[in-house]
Amino acid sequence: MNRTVLDLWVGVFVAVGVAAVLFLALKVGNLASANIGETYRLQANFDNIGGLKPRAPVKSSGVVVGRVTEITFDPNLYVAVVKMDVDKRYSFPRDTFATILTSGLLGEQYIGFEVGGDTEMLQAGATITKTQSAVVLEKLISQFMFNKAAESPTAPEQ
Amino acid sequence: MIARVFRAMGARTVDGIWRLGFATRFFFAILLRSGTSFARFQLTIREVFSTGVLSLIIILVSGFFVGLVLGLQGYETLQRYGSSEALGILVALSLVRELGPVVAGLLFASRAGSALTAEIGLMKTTEQLKAMDMMAVDPIARVVAPRFWGGVISMPLLAALFSTMGVFGAWFIGVVFIGVDDGAFWSQMQASVDFRYDIVNGVIKSVVFGFAVALIAVFEGYDSAPTAEGVSRAITRTVVNSALAILALDFVLTSFMFRGNG
Repeated sequence: MNRTVLDLWVGVFVAVGVAAVLFLALKVGNLASANIGETYRLQANFDNIGGLKPRAPVKSSGVVVGRVTEITFDPNLYVAVVKMDVDKRYSFPRDTFATILTSGLLGEQYIGFEVGGDTEMLQAGATITKTQSAVVLEKLISQFMFNKAAESPTAPEQ
Repeated sequence: MIARVFRAMGARTVDGIWRLGFATRFFFAILLRSGTSFARFQLTIREVFSTGVLSLIIILVSGFFVGLVLGLQGYETLQRYGSSEALGILVALSLVRELGPVVAGLLFASRAGSALTAEIGLMKTTEQLKAMDMMAVDPIARVVAPRFWGGVISMPLLAALFSTMGVFGAWFIGVVFIGVDDGAFWSQMQASVDFRYDIVNGVIKSVVFGFAVALIAVFEGYDSAPTAEGVSRAITRTVVNSALAILALDFVLTSFMFRGNG
């Protein structure tokens, strides 16, 4: 069996093809930055998660520190249970506030951590007790309308 | 008259089912007799050359142009909402998830699949396959299987190249010509394209399309009527059936892979 010119071309083809997959994985996808490495599991209960999805980022001060892994419904407490994997390098005080926020007006939803002042840190598997639900636009508008309606009779009629 | 119409319809249905059964048996025959194509890998390499390397130009050029068009159209729509930086996401997701595998598969079927059918059909017409059988050389092991595996190997690589060229084309028109911010283009793309969810699923799609197109191409060639007209019909059937198979499989795969929970 001898090497042929054909082999060279096929070699070039395969090399370029594999390079394309690598390009897609590293430059287009986020394989390099996706693995946060070692993580620990935290949990938080929300009254309303809005449009939060699994794999949504967990941010603190705008920096991605983890990802949402699982969202379930607790049939006893009637709340949504959100489980998330947080980077081991970061630990947060026990009174950290978990809020569901929206990036931009129409952007995706994520969990924001607002750090409290407690000296004890959240351990792996701990549940964050201080949470704030997603803002539901309809509720906000109806509240606003209600307030307006309540105001109007006090205004003097002319 | 009506009886004749029904008879013709029935005959076509039975013929279709018959061919489907034969194609299934043919597929397993290829798998069972694939030993030669890996033991004498040179045979497969030659087919990777003729299906893969020779399809490179059309795949690269089409990918680039599809990327240019996606970049232009995407920018046109996105800038209305003031989010032209999201161009990278739009282009990368549509290429990696859908357009890359599907369009590369369609091009592959018409560029390489038709050639495979023509080659095997002509071998059948000129009774080369029978001659091999006479010499105790199994034509499926020696002719069909290497072509099948050559197609299966080439297709995912071509789809990846198509997507890459598309992303590059969109970058070219978006960043170089229109002036979308370079950093935002790449960073937004990287932030929302997931390796496991988007890229691996796209590669799986292209592998499945590779199997489908290669099988249809070699089967139509092997099953063609041994006349000039029969071969030309077989080639037409290869292109038509491959396109239908790709689009139908794409729908099935997409509904399995992307359930809208991401």
